Amino acid sequence: MTSILRIIGQRVALGALTLWIVSIIIFAGIQLLPGDIATEILGQSATPETVAAFRKSLGLDLPVHLRYLRWLGGILHGNFGTALASGRDIGELIAPRLFNTLFLALSAAIISVPLALLGGIVAAINRNTFIDRAINVVTLSSISFPEFFVAYILILIFAVHAGVLPSLSDVDSTTSFVDRLTAIALPALTLAVVVLAHMMRMTRTSIVNLLGNQYIETARLKGLSEWRVLVRHALPNAWGPIATVVVLNMAYLITGVVVVEVVFVYPGLGQLIVDSVQKRDIPVVQACSLIFAATYVLLNLTADVLSIVTNPRLMHPK
Amino acid sequence: MTNLHTPGIIRSGASKFVSAPMSAKFGIVIITLYALTALLAPHLARYGEAEIVGTQFEPWSAAFWLGTDNLGRDMFTRLIFGARNTIGIALITTILAFSIGASAGLAAATFGGWTDQILSRLVDVLMSIPQLIFALLLLSIFGTSIPTLVIVIAVLDSTRVFRLTRAIAINAEVSDYVEVARLRGEGPIWIMTREILPNIAPTLIAEFGLRFCFVFLLISGLSFLGLGIQPPTADWGSMVRDTATLIVYGDITPLLPAGAIALLAVSVNLIVDWFLHSASGLKE
Repeated sequence: MTSILRIIGQRVALGALTLWIVSIIIFAGIQLLPGDIATEILGQSATPETVAAFRKSLGLDLPVHLRYLRWLGGILHGNFGTALASGRDIGELIAPRLFNTLFLALSAAIISVPLALLGGIVAAINRNTFIDRAINVVTLSSISFPEFFVAYILILIFAVHAGVLPSLSDVDSTTSFVDRLTAIALPALTLAVVVLAHMMRMTRTSIVNLLGNQYIETARLKGLSEWRVLVRHALPNAWGPIATVVVLNMAYLITGVVVVEVVFVYPGLGQLIVDSVQKRDIPVVQACSLIFAATYVLLNLTADVLSIVTNPRLMHPK
Repeated sequence: MTNLHTPGIIRSGASKFVSAPMSAKFGIVIITLYALTALLAPHLARYGEAEIVGTQFEPWSAAFWLGTDNLGRDMFTRLIFGARNTIGIALITTILAFSIGASAGLAAATFGGWTDQILSRLVDVLMSIPQLIFALLLLSIFGTSIPTLVIVIAVLDSTRVFRLTRAIAINAEVSDYVEVARLRGEGPIWIMTREILPNIAPTLIAEFGLRFCFVFLLISGLSFLGLGIQPPTADWGSMVRDTATLIVYGDITPLLPAGAIALLAVSVNLIVDWFLHSASGLKE
């Protein structure tokens, strides 16, 4: 048990180290920017004195390592700085959008996880039959679909022809919970379709791998039904890999959310980062990238820890 | 790897095609069609790539088979040129990513030690930020032009190629024939290109298909966001963006370029799936 705690401790330390390096990379971005932020904001006509004063007020006259520590310290206190384009506080800009994005991603996860597990198990039981091959071709296709293709097909079906769901997901802080659910139905569905296929394929693979084990063979030889073999003998050992699959796909949602938010004009973090890249508003891009990257690192860390905790060989070392 | 002579490849290729499952045949036919469209684009198109030939959003007609886009350019023409631009740029990016990733991976496996440590840790760091987000960050710094786009995506994607190449090359590196080559006094370049590379080629070819798909979808996604291939270059991702408003009127025009992207990605995946299945030695 001590060894497993040590392994987990190492992974967590590695995760923290990764986060720190990621923060350096993201900070370095602003240093590579051609030109100077002060002249960028004040315009070419600003006098050298105003530029110097402005640089001082932003702390741009400090050496790089001090600026980095300032930036990091600010972020750890929830202070992301101000946006170049609007002059607004980035923290205020991000908070409601982060909530919206998490709400969307969580809804997509709630739809897709049970479906994916069920589909993966069905494919694994019926492996190498027509059902399995059909599931294979369908999931392979939907993996290949760009998010916007799925999104516009769903809009065409549900918003234009059936007219039951809105094609724009306009929400703000006053929107009620029920209205919010209706508004995000299509984007959540799109995201679910996109991750569903990945998750289903990975679930199938991990269960098929398990079914090759000798204790499964023994259970079959005892004359148990295929369903019982699967649920009582294979599944308890499959939770580890499946949990990893689910968490890794949540990490995949992070990328999917960007395109989907733009399609549905949903006020989330993904749309904000795209807008800011267009305006080249680097501080906002940095803040958003840092949040996305931190979520990604944390999810990968969770997957790592889950796979350690659920691995019987590591839990009961010789 | 003895049948790498040209006639052998054609003969085994032809017999493989006949025995391939329906899904793979479908993929091969579709990819051939795409390749022909891309190569013959100027001969197939009816107008110039960025030529404004009508008014905005004209419906489908004899003059404009698939209507016109938001600036009055012929959709059909732009779809055809899009094949050339979108596939071409994705292909160049994938080839670049492979050159970087595979050579670094081979070097890491052959030299081991510090080379391996430094390269592997560098890749770990690059992979700790989601690819799309990293691409957005870099594009906001360096601006959006086609060369920047190609280099940024190629460098980011080469990390995946590196990981795979290194993993399989390390397996090959410990085999007897590499040991023999070492004892014979061959240099590292010979060992990498003549001993290891031929033996890991099948896996790398399958990976090339998967990476191409991924790069192609990523660039299309960026173009759709307005941050990839820039106008007036005809490109499927940006065409979806330009015509997107039509969808709420029940017009399926934006689905055409989006479908073109999806169909190509599906075809490549179907072929790779068959290739991996037959390479793994599983019979059905």
